[in-house]
Amino acid sequence: MTTNSGHPKADDSPFGCPEARRLVVVGASLAGLRAVEAARRSGYQGRITLIGDEMHLPYDRPPLSKSFLAGGDPTALATEQRLLHDLRVDLRLGKRAIGLRPGEGVVVGGEVVPYDRLLIATGSAPRDVGEWAAHPAVHSLRTLDDAHHVRTVLDRVGRGGRVVVVGGGFIGSEVACVALDAGASVTVLEGASVPLVRAVGGVVGAALAGLHGRHGVELRCGVRVIGVRSDDRATQVLLADGDFVPADLVVVGVGAVPATQWLVGSGVDLDPIDSAVVCDEYLRTSLPGVYAAGDVANWPNPVFGARMRLENWTNAAEQGARAVLNALRPASRQAYGTVPYFWSDWYGHRIQFVGTADADSVAFVSGGPDEDRFVALFERAGHLVGAATLNEPGKIMKLRRMVATEDGWDAAVSLCARSSREPVT
Amino acid sequence: MRIVVDRERCSGIGICESLDPEHFEIDDNGALVLVSETADDGDDTVMKAVRACPAVALSVVSE
Repeated sequence: MTTNSGHPKADDSPFGCPEARRLVVVGASLAGLRAVEAARRSGYQGRITLIGDEMHLPYDRPPLSKSFLAGGDPTALATEQRLLHDLRVDLRLGKRAIGLRPGEGVVVGGEVVPYDRLLIATGSAPRDVGEWAAHPAVHSLRTLDDAHHVRTVLDRVGRGGRVVVVGGGFIGSEVACVALDAGASVTVLEGASVPLVRAVGGVVGAALAGLHGRHGVELRCGVRVIGVRSDDRATQVLLADGDFVPADLVVVGVGAVPATQWLVGSGVDLDPIDSAVVCDEYLRTSLPGVYAAGDVANWPNPVFGARMRLENWTNAAEQGARAVLNALRPASRQAYGTVPYFWSDWYGHRIQFVGTADADSVAFVSGGPDEDRFVALFERAGHLVGAATLNEPGKIMKLRRMVATEDGWDAAVSLCARSSREPVT
Repeated sequence: MRIVVDRERCSGIGICESLDPEHFEIDDNGALVLVSETADDGDDTVMKAVRACPAVALSVVSE
């Protein structure tokens, strides 16, 4: 592979593509925006078209289930001035990409937007739960508009109201925390026997589940919602076992699926199970000149030697930038590797996770599963592959650097052993 | 250049420490500590950390 000397060049050999003069980014959230910023910083002078299906300027999603829901302001990721003038973006907001014609362009409404390089960054959409999702008392939480609706209802029913959260994952749990703070009586309904298994494994999932009960939120696991019904006076969430839960507000957070419907039939390889965009280590899709980043992308993460698809902030930001640099300067492309990192705040407790929960064993090396402060390490084949912490913000980034290193396990154990801590106040 | 932390915005997420532990460290209470407040102008690692802040709490000023 030839390497450039650091000078931006738009003409190093792409893959059967013309010189990159027209970059199109579909998805105007974090991954797409970071891509645009990285493209300009690299010296790319060509056209950039940024297409987003929401009317809003790019905004930050994590606060939607946290500070925004609690009454804060939305957090913009970029101003119009910055996008139009500093980054010189041809901005298409409120426009949904509905198709991709390879070598021709992205179909947006009646228009075909041509590209030399295309970045797919359309993120993910709430998983479909069935017809009851259309009930007027039921809300999902993915976009700023969704969050506005939930907040409005929460303001109305808040104190003394009954909030039912369907899904005990991070989004659902964060909503439960905000609703409790607002004075509501909160029930979380989780389909699995333990929440968060895919994200943090069963052991840590069970430990985190305990936080709900300790703060006065009822968590019911292993229950399946089959419907929502209302009469003049009340709304009820119906469960498969015949029970029902009264609710003034129902928020659904049962996970998300890659937003790739628009790519079906385009020739872009999609994963047969979850329809994620299948990429190689350089974030290239199966079509020449087409790359993907963020929640949509399934790619082989060289740090773990395994394919991954990540739905977290840190990854969207880093992957968006890497994908676009590889797209614009393929001769100096770099594989994208990362130790995943995400965080969540529940009842004033900070949960942080690095690496992967796909492990042979888990050990609490500081604190324990019933305590308000712990470090749990994930081991696979004798190596540290992940770490979960509760209220240990000073350790998590040190642990992130130890994950997937030769002596990571010993280093992590020693990091946690040398601190003897005061209890949380 | 000098690194400036907006303490109102910083929430101690720690991505800065992950990218540049020579300048940034989160303490046991979740507060960001600047290990070193100064860096060479345009220092690539520092600038990466500044740009990566999810709370937009970091900036640099020329001295």
